[in-house]
Amino acid sequence: MNQRIARASFLVALILLALIPLIGDKYELQLLSKIMLMAIFAMSLDLLVGFTGLVSLGHAAFFGLGGYLLWFLSPQYAATNLWLSLVEVVAIAAVTALLIGSLVLRSSGVYFIMVTLAFAQMFFYYTTGAKWLGGSDGAYIYVRPSAAIFDWVPFNLANYVQFYYVALVLMIGVFLLLRMILRSLFGRAIQGVKSNENRLRSLGFPTFRYKLASFVIAGTVASLAGYFSAAQFGFVNPELFGWKLSGEVLMMVILGGMGTLYGPILGAFVLVLVETELAGMTKHWLLPMGLFVILAVLFLPRGIAGMRLRLSFGRSAREADA
Amino acid sequence: MSDGLIFFLIQVLNGIQYGLLLFLVASGLTLVFGIIGIINLAHGSFYMVGAYIAFSLVRATGTLWLAILIGLPLTMILGVALELAFFRPLYRRDHLYQVLLTYGLILVLEETRSILFGDDVHGVQVPALFDFSIPLSGGLTYPVYRFVISAICLLVALGMYFVIQRTRLGMAIRAGASDREMLQSLGIDAGLLFRFVLAAGLTLAAFAGMIAAPVASVFPGMGNQILIISFVVVVIGGIGSIKGAFIASLLIGLVDTFGQIWAPQIAGMTVYVLMAAILLWRPAGLFGKRA
Repeated sequence: MNQRIARASFLVALILLALIPLIGDKYELQLLSKIMLMAIFAMSLDLLVGFTGLVSLGHAAFFGLGGYLLWFLSPQYAATNLWLSLVEVVAIAAVTALLIGSLVLRSSGVYFIMVTLAFAQMFFYYTTGAKWLGGSDGAYIYVRPSAAIFDWVPFNLANYVQFYYVALVLMIGVFLLLRMILRSLFGRAIQGVKSNENRLRSLGFPTFRYKLASFVIAGTVASLAGYFSAAQFGFVNPELFGWKLSGEVLMMVILGGMGTLYGPILGAFVLVLVETELAGMTKHWLLPMGLFVILAVLFLPRGIAGMRLRLSFGRSAREADA
Repeated sequence: MSDGLIFFLIQVLNGIQYGLLLFLVASGLTLVFGIIGIINLAHGSFYMVGAYIAFSLVRATGTLWLAILIGLPLTMILGVALELAFFRPLYRRDHLYQVLLTYGLILVLEETRSILFGDDVHGVQVPALFDFSIPLSGGLTYPVYRFVISAICLLVALGMYFVIQRTRLGMAIRAGASDREMLQSLGIDAGLLFRFVLAAGLTLAAFAGMIAAPVASVFPGMGNQILIISFVVVVIGGIGSIKGAFIASLLIGLVDTFGQIWAPQIAGMTVYVLMAAILLWRPAGLFGKRA
């Protein structure tokens, strides 16, 4: 019953999102596009945090990688081809995630948190110091990637309405893809890693390989979000690798409710909208933002999605936590 | 001695000084994790808090020593207050929530800093007593205050060693690191011990910020910068190991200093490459216990 209501409201929300361009202005559509890309980023992190039990504080490494790869693949005053560059970005991000994953997954628990953060910082410091990447000022992508397939151009990313729909379709696509993955044997196995890795290993599952595969999928999807984010704003800078972004996306996952796929989407919408509201009110919006984060951790232990659960089952979140 | 050798020597001294300072920050981080089991991202912010306290108190009192004397109890009180308000509810919860809450704490501390002091870079006067340089051959000189920093850090490190290895308090701390329940059953108040360890760790970080202020300048991103390097120290040294933190700090101080001379294009990355290599070799760090 509850699940049916959740599914119905999710569908209604999607239909509303599809209709918004009829009434929304340019600023609103761009904000929503940004949120949907963040939702993709958050879903990819949730695959690690919520489903595999790996708390990464360096997921922005892949988001930034996707963005910088688009910059790198774009000729200075011409468009790169969307499809070709996407294939390249996915391939490079997957290989990078494989390399980093095989290193960081040698650690676990609190080590994993610190090591992932340190690796993301490595990207941050490298780009900050690298003149050929624009250094700390960042670099511009003057022409958006072109979606042309031979002579046919299905859509134009420079048009904000069309970009909005691309982001929406991408978000739904990633949602369905991750849902499919999670329902497969592989998906069950990584969730088994989260609840009891030793048991799974003694059942003969190569848990390291499962974790690595999860890390690679998460990193690749995050790089897609970064790619389109850079395509939206036409600008990359080292902050894309920054720990602030990693923390923010982790907050989206937790706030929305980890271990569900619609949770991170919900979290992305709530967090970015709150952020935008606060930033409109005061220059020092990070102060109320920080308090908001602290209070959410203390009083909403299972996120917004968990709050719903709490209401519907009438048991305290603390019990559910144990 | 040739100029080249002198230059090399100066860099070694700089590296050691940086490493020792790093140790003050990282040892608190590793202790708090080893004993309480808490990952505290806001640890680096206390380095920043210390530096800004030094900056404002030096302006008010005129001397760094007085600023430190007033500043240390202040940061200790702040540490205890934060423990009571935020950290205590976190002790039994997942690392994930510790990361998030302390992430929120960083935002609050950083913005409070921005409201109180703005976002400019500030300097702090080197204490007059040590405001001179030792002339070395070839017109090169070495500022005495850097020696003073190294000496203070070494004294603190020795003091820590003594407290942890030779006193009842240190016994309780070591016991807390290995078995919390046993500690309780021996009649030691673990809650009180944890509060002390957390506040002492934060105070150490703040103290590092205070004595570093005259050489490192006081700027907005300083807390996060030192936090991330401290993480690298803890990962290399092994979580919970003071000895590991000490050796890893010196290693990183030297690698970072020489990285900037020998490989300036990738200077920011050298310590992370070192970390990756050590992870490959010993996943639990140099002195860490295998999980």
